[in-house]
Amino acid sequence: MEDNVLLRVERLTKLFPIRGGIFQRPVGYVRAVENVSFTISRGETLGLVGESGCGKTTTGRSILRLIEPTSGKVYFNGIEITALRRKELAPLRREMQIIFQDPYGSLNPRMTIGDIIGEGLEIHKIARGKEKERRIMELLEVVGLPPAYIRRYPHEFSGGQRQRIGIARALAVNPKFVVCDEPVSALDVSIQSQIINLLKDLQRQFGLTYLFIAHDLSVVKHMSDKIAVMYLAKIVEYASTEELFSNPKHPYTLALMSAIPIPDPDVKKQRIVLQGDLPSPSNPPKGCRFNTRCPKVMDLCREVEPELKDIGKEHLVACHLWN
Amino acid sequence: MEIEGEMTNYIIRRLLLTIPTLIGIITITFLLMYVVPGDPIRILMGQRGDPETIAMIRKQMGLDDPLPVQYIRFLTNVLRGDFGRSYATNRPVLSEILTRFPATLRLALASMVVASVIGLSAGIISATRQYSFFDYSSMVVALMGVSAPVFWVGLLLMWIFGYTLGWLPISGYGDITYLVLPAITLGIRPAAYIARMTRSSFLEVLRQDYIRTARAKGLTERRVIYIHAMRNTLITVVTILGMELASLLSGAVLTETIFAWPGIGRLSVDAIIKRDHPMVQGTVLFTAIIFIFANLIVDISYAFLDPRIRYE
Repeated sequence: MEDNVLLRVERLTKLFPIRGGIFQRPVGYVRAVENVSFTISRGETLGLVGESGCGKTTTGRSILRLIEPTSGKVYFNGIEITALRRKELAPLRREMQIIFQDPYGSLNPRMTIGDIIGEGLEIHKIARGKEKERRIMELLEVVGLPPAYIRRYPHEFSGGQRQRIGIARALAVNPKFVVCDEPVSALDVSIQSQIINLLKDLQRQFGLTYLFIAHDLSVVKHMSDKIAVMYLAKIVEYASTEELFSNPKHPYTLALMSAIPIPDPDVKKQRIVLQGDLPSPSNPPKGCRFNTRCPKVMDLCREVEPELKDIGKEHLVACHLWN
Repeated sequence: MEIEGEMTNYIIRRLLLTIPTLIGIITITFLLMYVVPGDPIRILMGQRGDPETIAMIRKQMGLDDPLPVQYIRFLTNVLRGDFGRSYATNRPVLSEILTRFPATLRLALASMVVASVIGLSAGIISATRQYSFFDYSSMVVALMGVSAPVFWVGLLLMWIFGYTLGWLPISGYGDITYLVLPAITLGIRPAAYIARMTRSSFLEVLRQDYIRTARAKGLTERRVIYIHAMRNTLITVVTILGMELASLLSGAVLTETIFAWPGIGRLSVDAIIKRDHPMVQGTVLFTAIIFIFANLIVDISYAFLDPRIRYE
């Protein structure tokens, strides 16, 4: 069981200091990610859902140390990458890649897509010259773009095509693990499904392991083996996809699920609309973080923070209702 | 092949666009001289001039002709490369300008080297170490550099290096030692300006998503900065370099005066004082042409630097 784990995250925390005063000393912290722990097995996909600003993206980037985590440990293939120095990290970039959310901003406008995709090959000494070119064309074909586009620039492509370039770029170095950071949020719905299916095909073809970040539960359901629901920097529920959808426990998860549209006009839905806004992550509410918006809030919730506990079948939930 | 063809088209289109600009500038220069008060002939003749002689000279020079006739004559002459003759020396304006130009060119290039070496390196280091001691101090120095009046800097340098230390000649035109002080004097302001602009444009680029992509690829920080970020800041930097060079090439009045440097700047000021209309027109036109060509070169280099510009 344990050998099968590719990525283990232990109590990952990222605080962003808020600076103020004349000397710009930290006067507080934005708690973007707090004590987040999970594991992902080889070839599996963990879906990470939650609303905007809950720390999903920060979690994904901290794992790759594109953002330096404040504390916590990340093990990849048994190596503690949070303990590595910058130089030692570079070779690991070959194994761990990321697909960014914004396909417009994440490609350098001054480089041809051949250069964008090929750079990783050169840096990690995978291929050069003719061999590199052959490989780039192959990658373009894999992601469904004509290989003849190799000398074109990013601005000549549509959003969906650019995201395919982003995927080809991430895959160029043959990674084992890919963080997909809302890879379809910026795309039209019709293009979304193409990209999602492409990601699934690639996973099967290359045996990839994904951390799939999204705010759309239906997309995550389609992609993931397991799902973690995040609310205000913490994981509030974690279960296999099947278990989570058939047996959701946390009131926040229930609210998210009630927002998934059902393509049948005869089905009457009970939509749980959450009141209020997401509380400030620099000043989270006392007790359970969801207590300000929870429809089933109890007195206990305002005082004591619930722990993430296993309620059987590897289903974890952080809610007083279930403890 | 395909890209080269596009480039050639772009350059040709851009060259054609300079023609209306040039004609516009020639027209404005001509009209300006016409509306400026003060009769050049009277100044030329001084006390000696009796009304008949003045009238005769005016007629000879065609100053009594109707405005459109004068304009067409001026335009055709200029297009033939004939800028007229100086009222003061009676030598062709163009040849006067061209004899002065090498001095200005030498000074301009030297100060440009000073400005870009100091400006670019300070800007890049500041941006990559934002909020460091180096960043703060170089930006304060740059602010002083922008604010310090040129004549004051010039006199200060003269006093320190020319007078007190005696390392360099105080003023005049000669070998390379004469070049050092005026080049530094003239280079300080653009250096400061380049440093600040390079820093801010680098900082903007470093925050872009594709820089994060570059880091995610596992590139070294050096490569991220000098390959990925650099390419995207070059547009701003090239624009500034082009404009600064153009303004340096059109002569530096104060610096040239302080250091007794025989360049275009002094030539044009002298011409204005003497109401030497053809010479003023000549220097203005010459300056304008230099700016047009600097702009042209900057625009063409844009197309090389940014693939998106070629398609517009």
